[in-house]
Amino acid sequence: MAIELKMPALSPTMEEGTLAKWLKSEGDEIVAGDIIAEIETDKATMEFEAVDEGTLGRIMVEEGTEGVKVGTVIAMLAGEGEDASDIEAPAATDEVEDVEGEGKDVGREESEAEITKPKPKTDVRDPDVPEGTSYTSTSVREALRDGMAEEMRRDERVFVMGEEVAEYQGAYKVTQGLLDEFGPKRVIDTPITEYGFAGIGTGAAMGGLRPIVEFMTFNFAMQAIDHIINSAAKTNYMSGGQMRCPVVFRGPNGAASRVGAQHSQNYGPWYASVPGLIVIAPYDSADAKGLMKAAIRSEDPVVFLENELVYGRSFDVPDMDDYVLPIGKARIMREGSDVTIVAYSIAVGLALEAAEELAGEGIDAEVIDLRTLRPLDRETVLTSLVKTNRLVIAEEGWPTCSIASEIIAICMEDGFDHLDAPVTRVCDEDVPLPYAANLEKLALIDTPRIVKAAKKVCYRD
Amino acid sequence: MAKAPKSKKSPAKSPTEDTDFVLHSLQDTLEKDKRYKASDEQLQHFYEQMLLIRRFEERAGQLYGLGLIGGFCHLYIGQEAVAVGLQSALTEGLDSVITGYRDHGHMLAYGIDPKVIMAELTGREAGISKGKGGSMHMFSTEHKFYGGHGIVGAQVSLGGGLALAHQYNDDGGLCLAYFGDGAANQGQVYETFNMAALWNLPIVFVVENNQYAMGTAVKRSSAETEFYRRGTAFRIPGMKVNGMDVLEVRQAAEIAFKHVREGKGPVLMECETYRYRGHSMSDPAKYRTREEVQDIREHKDPIEGLKKFMIENGSKEDDLKAIDKDIRKVVSEAADFAESSPEPKASELYTDVLVEEY
Repeated sequence: MAIELKMPALSPTMEEGTLAKWLKSEGDEIVAGDIIAEIETDKATMEFEAVDEGTLGRIMVEEGTEGVKVGTVIAMLAGEGEDASDIEAPAATDEVEDVEGEGKDVGREESEAEITKPKPKTDVRDPDVPEGTSYTSTSVREALRDGMAEEMRRDERVFVMGEEVAEYQGAYKVTQGLLDEFGPKRVIDTPITEYGFAGIGTGAAMGGLRPIVEFMTFNFAMQAIDHIINSAAKTNYMSGGQMRCPVVFRGPNGAASRVGAQHSQNYGPWYASVPGLIVIAPYDSADAKGLMKAAIRSEDPVVFLENELVYGRSFDVPDMDDYVLPIGKARIMREGSDVTIVAYSIAVGLALEAAEELAGEGIDAEVIDLRTLRPLDRETVLTSLVKTNRLVIAEEGWPTCSIASEIIAICMEDGFDHLDAPVTRVCDEDVPLPYAANLEKLALIDTPRIVKAAKKVCYRD
Repeated sequence: MAKAPKSKKSPAKSPTEDTDFVLHSLQDTLEKDKRYKASDEQLQHFYEQMLLIRRFEERAGQLYGLGLIGGFCHLYIGQEAVAVGLQSALTEGLDSVITGYRDHGHMLAYGIDPKVIMAELTGREAGISKGKGGSMHMFSTEHKFYGGHGIVGAQVSLGGGLALAHQYNDDGGLCLAYFGDGAANQGQVYETFNMAALWNLPIVFVVENNQYAMGTAVKRSSAETEFYRRGTAFRIPGMKVNGMDVLEVRQAAEIAFKHVREGKGPVLMECETYRYRGHSMSDPAKYRTREEVQDIREHKDPIEGLKKFMIENGSKEDDLKAIDKDIRKVVSEAADFAESSPEPKASELYTDVLVEEY
């Protein structure tokens, strides 16, 4: 069977080129690897290499021809047992029209077709706590551990790995007691090798396990961020839904106390910008436990951002057998009617303090804890905005390209008509975190700044 | 000061005398008997699979040239014996495989339908990743093939995780993690070597040394060019294998897999091979001579080598030609399928981002 040699594209964008020179003549024997022609574009000259064997039959496009379209038959190659001189040129065929969705995608135009964005679930609520349920004051640290331990009892596939998680009992004691209960197979001390063990954890999730990968702090996860984003977040999509990656990456995030710039950063906005990831950043103990359990059960990769300064604070946790909270649902921490303060993680505590102070001045503030940063609960934020018409975001992190920026965009796009004042953000100062006590204090968000911003949007300053 | 006498290779040391025995014991075993004794049926199977990869990749190159395949497209031509020799020794449905972006050959060696692979290359709905992955991102959980990874070296630590899962589940399986001589210089490879040896993970690390990391020759990028020695610091035994001989690769696989399945921990196998084509389709190949490529093609080609061996052992040239003809047909059908299948529907844009709804 004769083989058609077609004008090749030398790059994905090439549409036509010049057939500069034929290096073989009609009747020449060709073997794979032979250079048969030189082709020029405005960018480069490239050699056209044969991939098939045979005898060069008819040359259809003479050398020196300009503007030869990609895909044009430029010569015929006779196979074994064929007479090269007999080969007929293929009959000219009408150019196939590029019909969308039917396959011939050379030169495809942008699709105008409607795309279906997933709608968030609207009927999701926290589980009812039955009347008469007792509560136990629990530190955030213990609540996280309890959440992990309950899920490890429930599902044999769940295990914890990270630096100092086992024998040391956790650098911040979050995994305290887990080694004793579950043994070294399920509580694995790793060397100091974040990129490597994040990859191993991700691979184990691909292989069917349910790893919880602890980073001593998320600052060190920057070494491993490739696996969190390129390996964990994108695989389900890239595999057309075949390959899941149910892994939880967890650890303290944000500024601690006097540890300097390299150990003090909030990665919430980084991870929250990545499709394919779930990002959770709880504040109190009940949310820490209930969302940890949800994260471990999720079929999707989860980045679970804790806060070192909050680990030791205690809050009530309901004494329930299986307290699992919904991912993607914000929580109204305090109802109010004059101004909404949106916060997450450690800033929720500051926002609640600010609300108390504002109440003393006759301003009734509503405080929302986002709890999940991706997917973000737009509905709760916008519903509150409709009620208060004023909104402040409090975030322990840099202002530029922050969760605060995102909330502002949401309010502008979908809440503009309800705004009585510009949405205002209160974030850390836009500098690497300094070490000196006075400078650190100046750089970080605090309650007075939130109070001031809230008064400003209420035109009360 | 008098120089210490150079130690000559002394083969008589017993494992107790030689503390590094384990590091070269597998190589010693291979040296004793380098070629796998394949049945006629197995030989034919190797031949068919290597030829399928060759013809498939040639056609993929053509489709790329015609603009039907976009982006990056890394061809496996020249390296066929590595994937076929190793994967033929795996236990199907148990062991797992992971590789980098040059992944078409590994999938074909697994018996995955060429149609769905080619349709992925052309970005069609029928592609194995629904057209959303492309050449570098293909997976088949059904065959325990875990990709297809575009970040150089990432598959090595992910492979460590797959091995951890085999060990955790105590299922007797192993992970085969392929990477190139280029990836061998990534830090996470050594992070993984350390943990794999420390935890005795069931994994075979395979360096496909095709001599060039993109356009950089091994000797220009690597202080230690003998990649099989690079596990020594982690006490991982090394093997150096002629990756242009499918029977030697298969023999090495038998030895390495046995070691791993006996619970003795990871193995590092270097397969010396050669890529005939550029790094990707847009490679101008100015870093090596045409003569170098032609020399390998003429003297070391894995398919021609096996063909010669089979004919010497009684196969008929006509039968082998018939195989070639059949494979050309299979590849043509795959290409036709890949060209004529519809593109993914626009509604697929937002599917598979997350598994669950929130």
